[in-house]
Amino acid sequence: MLNYLLGRLGQALLILAITFTAAFLLLQALPGDAILIKFMNPELGLTADQIADIRASYGADRPIWEQYAHTLGNFLTGNFGYSIQAGVPVRDRLLVSLPPTFQLAGLGFLAAAILAVAIAVLSTAFAWSWLRTVVQSIPSLFISLPVFWLGIMLIQLFSFQLNLVSVISPGPVERLVLPVLTLAIPISAPLAQILIRNIDAVLAQPFVAVARAKGASRQWVLWKHVARNAVLPTLTIAGVLFGELLAGAVVTEAVFGLNGLGSLTYKAVDSHDTGVLQAIVVISAATFVIINLIVDLLYPVFDPRLGARPGAST
Amino acid sequence: MTDTTAPILQRTDGAVAGNRPWRTRLRRLQPGLALAWLVVAVVLAWSIAPDLFTSYSPVDGVAGQQLRPPGAEHWLGTDGLGRDLYARIVHGARHSLTGAVVAVTVGLLLGTTLGLIAGARGGWLDAAVMRLVDTLLAIPSLLLSLSIIVLLGFGTINVAVAVGVVSVARFARLARSEVVRVRRSEYVEAAFGSGGSFIAVLWRHILPNSLTSVIALAALQFGSAILALSTLGFLGYGAPPPTPEWGLLIAEGRNYLSRAWWLTAAPGVVVVVAVLAADRISTSIGRTEP
Repeated sequence: MLNYLLGRLGQALLILAITFTAAFLLLQALPGDAILIKFMNPELGLTADQIADIRASYGADRPIWEQYAHTLGNFLTGNFGYSIQAGVPVRDRLLVSLPPTFQLAGLGFLAAAILAVAIAVLSTAFAWSWLRTVVQSIPSLFISLPVFWLGIMLIQLFSFQLNLVSVISPGPVERLVLPVLTLAIPISAPLAQILIRNIDAVLAQPFVAVARAKGASRQWVLWKHVARNAVLPTLTIAGVLFGELLAGAVVTEAVFGLNGLGSLTYKAVDSHDTGVLQAIVVISAATFVIINLIVDLLYPVFDPRLGARPGAST
Repeated sequence: MTDTTAPILQRTDGAVAGNRPWRTRLRRLQPGLALAWLVVAVVLAWSIAPDLFTSYSPVDGVAGQQLRPPGAEHWLGTDGLGRDLYARIVHGARHSLTGAVVAVTVGLLLGTTLGLIAGARGGWLDAAVMRLVDTLLAIPSLLLSLSIIVLLGFGTINVAVAVGVVSVARFARLARSEVVRVRRSEYVEAAFGSGGSFIAVLWRHILPNSLTSVIALAALQFGSAILALSTLGFLGYGAPPPTPEWGLLIAEGRNYLSRAWWLTAAPGVVVVVAVLAADRISTSIGRTEP
């Protein structure tokens, strides 16, 4: 077990090291130099010498391995460097942008979970198989919807056609309703799919037939026996869901004009502010790796059958 | 446990996870499949010969015909510059389709090659390739595409390459697991035993037998690529404005939300239908899980 733990930890660290190195090489070492883009602007009227001085002050003139070691040291101590475009530390910008995105993503996830459970329950609850088929195909429709388009359609429907959500100066709650819904619909799809599949798989188990034969109603079996066994495996897609939540939040923020990680990301892409992008990439990869690590380590605790053979989840 | 994780893990950006029990039930509904192929045929025809389907210009507007609602003259209405929306969607098919083809080709070639080599060689090379794949999967797909776009610059082809790189990990994983499966078979051992070189056995025996599910994944990725391309186009990283790219059409229509619902609704429906069709075809080709 200890070997498994150490191995899994080592693997996670290795992935982070590769991510950092790749992000450094692609975003910091290769062209698209943010300093040049900002200061070469003729309106600033800087001479070549002055630009060279500025580059030196950012450390951009030092050999690449030295920059690498320097950046790595900074990242490990929680210093993500400077945003060249805004002239402030990346950490300050992240601290401002993260809370609204967390709020959006958290509420979106909650709504998605409710939606997914509703779809999964409906997909087994109907007595008619054609209706079950219809409900079961909802997730594949949801997953094919472009997030940005979904957001626009919701604005169109609720704000302009039905006049339910005000566009001009909405209240704090009103402002979040549509973004949360926009984010929740595509996120609910993979959750609903894995729930439906697990419910199907558990319903085929002999113990379900035994419970039914003993006289338990379909509903009783579903809630008392199937639900517990079907919910657990959704943990395995926690990491993937995090990635989708993040990407969804980024796009949703763009559609609804919200400030957060999304707007920070586009501005960074538009202005080649690679320091910011590098920090966002490394931090999100780290979060993904940590979530997966926790799920892998906790899964045997929740499902004792796996305790006997650790590593089955990877 | 392995059964539940593997198929989901390889589709991070919104492709449909294989869901066999009800999928097989759906498979009996063959009209759906015929419809999916019809959709693909129409979109393909649009991109090859757009002028056969519309006589309007996709870039030049007609003065005095701004923001006309859908009707007999303009099937899907016109935009703020008097351009026929249907014509713009038809002409836009070429951009979206080219982008998707480039993206899938990049993912398929790079990913399958990596997976083939890793699976066939094994050992440290396998471990190295798989750690690289794990890393690609650890970065949220949108952020990965954006990083590559920063590196390559904006434009249709660059965005397509960025979308393709995101799918490399999925192709590599699938190809590797297929190769590992095929490798264990007796005929591959026999081919090695009778003196076949590594490359020859790989090409003659392992590759053809690993290909079915890779092709199914390619079809699935085709839909995902259209989706991702439209998102990046919407964000403004794809083709510049006069181009009738599908994502860009929706972005432009956003300025007329209160007055012209058709400008955002119609291109979006086209994207969704195209993605659903690609997904439907993918499930008919075969199982996409490793």
